[in-house]
Amino acid sequence: MQNGILTVSYLFSSIMFIMSLGGLSRHETARKGNLYGIIGFVVAITATLVMNTNLHGSMGLLGGTIIVGGIIGYVLAKRVGMTSMPQLVAVLHSFVGLAAVLVGMSTYLGTNGQLSGADKIIHDVETYIGVLIGAVTFTGSIVAFGKLHEIIRSKPLMLPGRHLLNLVVVIICLVLAVMFATTHDVSMGMTLLLIMTALAFFIGWHMVMAIGGADMPVVVSMLNSYSGWAAAATGFLLANDLLIVTGALVGSSGAILSYIMCKAMNRSFVSVILGGFGTDTGTATAKTSEGPVGTVTATTAEDVAAMLKEARQVVIVPGYGMAVAQAQHPVKEITDILRKAGVTVRFAIHPVAGRLPGHMNVLLAEANVPYDIVLEMDEINHDLPETDVVLILGANDIVNPGALDDPSSPIYGMPVLEVWKAKQVVVSKRGMATGYSGVDNPLFYKPNTLMLFGDAKKSVDAVLSGLKS
Amino acid sequence: MIVGIPREIEENERRVAATPDTVKKLIKLGCKVQIEKDAGLAASFSDSAYTDAGAIIVTDTRTLWASSLIVLKVQPPMQHQLLQTHELDLLPSGGTLISFFWPARNKDLLERYKNRPINILAMDAVPRISRAQKFDALSSMANIAGYKAVIEAANHFGRFFTGQITAAGKVPPAKFLVIGAGVAGLAAVGTARGMGAVIRAFDTRPEVKDQVKSMGAEFLELNFAEDGSGAGGYAKTMSPEFIKAEMELFAKQAKEVDIIITTALVPGTKAPTLITADMVKSMRAGSVIVDLAAEQGGNCELTRPGTVYQTNGVTIIGYTDLASRLPAQASQLYGNNLVNLLTDMIKESKFSVDMTDEVIRGTTILHNGAVTWPPPKSAAPVVAKAKVAEHSALPAAVKAPSKLPMIFGVLACLLLLFLGKTAPSAFLGHLTVFVLACFVGWQVVWNVTAALHTPLMSVTNAISGVIVIGAMLQFGGETIDIKTILAAIAVLIATINVAGGFLVTQRMLNMFRK
Repeated sequence: MQNGILTVSYLFSSIMFIMSLGGLSRHETARKGNLYGIIGFVVAITATLVMNTNLHGSMGLLGGTIIVGGIIGYVLAKRVGMTSMPQLVAVLHSFVGLAAVLVGMSTYLGTNGQLSGADKIIHDVETYIGVLIGAVTFTGSIVAFGKLHEIIRSKPLMLPGRHLLNLVVVIICLVLAVMFATTHDVSMGMTLLLIMTALAFFIGWHMVMAIGGADMPVVVSMLNSYSGWAAAATGFLLANDLLIVTGALVGSSGAILSYIMCKAMNRSFVSVILGGFGTDTGTATAKTSEGPVGTVTATTAEDVAAMLKEARQVVIVPGYGMAVAQAQHPVKEITDILRKAGVTVRFAIHPVAGRLPGHMNVLLAEANVPYDIVLEMDEINHDLPETDVVLILGANDIVNPGALDDPSSPIYGMPVLEVWKAKQVVVSKRGMATGYSGVDNPLFYKPNTLMLFGDAKKSVDAVLSGLKS
Repeated sequence: MIVGIPREIEENERRVAATPDTVKKLIKLGCKVQIEKDAGLAASFSDSAYTDAGAIIVTDTRTLWASSLIVLKVQPPMQHQLLQTHELDLLPSGGTLISFFWPARNKDLLERYKNRPINILAMDAVPRISRAQKFDALSSMANIAGYKAVIEAANHFGRFFTGQITAAGKVPPAKFLVIGAGVAGLAAVGTARGMGAVIRAFDTRPEVKDQVKSMGAEFLELNFAEDGSGAGGYAKTMSPEFIKAEMELFAKQAKEVDIIITTALVPGTKAPTLITADMVKSMRAGSVIVDLAAEQGGNCELTRPGTVYQTNGVTIIGYTDLASRLPAQASQLYGNNLVNLLTDMIKESKFSVDMTDEVIRGTTILHNGAVTWPPPKSAAPVVAKAKVAEHSALPAAVKAPSKLPMIFGVLACLLLLFLGKTAPSAFLGHLTVFVLACFVGWQVVWNVTAALHTPLMSVTNAISGVIVIGAMLQFGGETIDIKTILAAIAVLIATINVAGGFLVTQRMLNMFRK
């Protein structure tokens, strides 16, 4: 009877989670979606605590850890700046990964010797897969965190023969899996499990190390997906439908996000995972095509301010540079001043701008920019030719005309914001360095492009004071 | 570094090599700027405006020259009548003069000073390459000349440029013929168009057709295949047959149009005669011809360089100093050209003439006493383009239809069959739930607005913390063994994840507003 109530509670939670994801697909319903998720969670945890009588004995320890964990999570979430959101998400993924590893091991220790035949093999395989995915997610997320937090160099790490190395490790893991599923000795099994965990840690580390900073949106959503699969694998292991459903939801949603990101960059998922953007392809092109010819014209903040005042249609294209410099608040002020003066200001967001899917939207939202003037690439591209001034803040590859007209460019075929069609383009940038793809940007050499060199925050502040005076 | 700006001594020269605005820029570059008294007067820049910008006013011409490392001028150096000495003699040893020079016309002058340890940079010798556009004073002056040509034409033309239908009757628009669609020609087209005139333009270089059209003019074409593009973006001399066809076109147009603006120059030679005396005769009385090539002899046979006069009722304007007739604007643009050049030449607050820089090399005509004009011909970087095109054909060919999806499909079916045969039914139940959930997730997430990707990710992240349930289930029994410890850690971190994920999502969503 109790079990029946637990099942129903889990069913309710699953529905809540599905509605939560559904709600988050639109602005109007997003907040409700988050609420559904929280309700689902409270129900699931309460039901688990109340209905499992054997847990009542360790209620103190259990309650204590939950409260402590909750407080830590609360503080983390309160404190994090919107610009370091990617790091937070990455680090949270690593927690799920680690939890999956721990649960897998714990279960293995708890259930050994009670099963036999096909049940044992399936159970062992489930354990093995759960721990494997969890371990990969864990180190992968840690490295992603490091790269996003700029503790680790964001340049792809290229070990010699890295594909071969990965292959060998995967084969060893497979061999270990067979040994693990067939052995009946617990300590032997545990040893195998630990070796495999170490190897999986290596795979996760190596995989993300080899991926460049520009591909981080894909990596983060991929790790998101993995953390889901890890939860689902644990669900199989514990025969718990709630975990399976939730894990599958998260797993597939992460996979879709990865797919959307890859599409936005016109790259296949496999090529992103195998890593090394802008290194093998980049050097090859450097030899065959010469850099763009033309002159780079620098400008001053005062000139830009004057230009913006006289414009009727302004489009702002934010990129990672704006996030790094935390320039979103002065940008918002500029927007306000211009809008008051009757200038139409809109924002154009490329799907892979920033280091997290939708990163720019979150930053602009933080600065209170109304979301109905924040448009996606497809919505704004056909309006760009009628635009008077396009202001590009710390973005590079996503506005590279080479992606459309230079077949030798490594980013050829990637959909980009066609800003060069506007009457005037102003690029705020720290220097003439290339973007993460390592590709030179012919945009900077176009006759209608002006460069505003300097830190995005300082430049934007200067433009703002120019507008105010 | 002291930069000196002397007053222009050429008669009728109203421009000055620096404006208060460019003085500020020069000071920002680390220069000390001194300017001769009343240097900017003709261009309406008062001495006090310069002092406000940070310049020092120097009254004595000799002192100004002698104390300057870099001297900026507009006109080529010439004999100073008052001081009875040549300006180049005033330039101190080791000094640098930057001005127009016309070395082809002033070869003698260059020869005379070739042993003095000075540098001369000629603004008219800036190479016509894209990188040097911001120094290209010829273009910026041509732009002004084109504009002013239309204004001068308006002054001497007795009618409106724009067509109007008024109560007092209909006014036809003035018809323009602009010959030569270089910078000056295009500027003239743009200005006249802005005043409402109807414009036809002609150029021997077919590639300028789009530029002409983009400025709102009609591009006249000959039924004659010959490309007139020469080196450096200028036109070249055409074949006799072409010229004959061209002259026929002009003769026909001369009868129709009201105003002709000619800007045809071929570097190094006298300007080609395009409008003959007969053509001028055939024009309607009241018509105007503005000859921008007057300084090089003129495109019109009857042009008198430097003057305006009427013949047969047609006014022919042959001013050679149109840019100087818009002195404030011309000074500003020329001053900017100079500032841009100096920006490239001053590295780490040190001025140097870097002869390895293609642009500086081309502009420098006297380097430390050695004549460096004309510059050696550099190989045109045209060849590389073909390579790129070849390369581009490759990636398209590689894509062959992939058989992978089919193979995966078959494998998945086999795996399912195998599982169905061997696995226990409980597992199959879970598998069903799993696969269905995957599809539900797929459907639900597919239409997410891009703007909500981050909140979606953090909420799914929070939800994946559901693994906490799994960890909780590992608790049990009274003893605390390694299994429980592992589980406790798992519960702890999973809870951090859940709480953190939901809270941060809430925070983000609260920020989104309409």
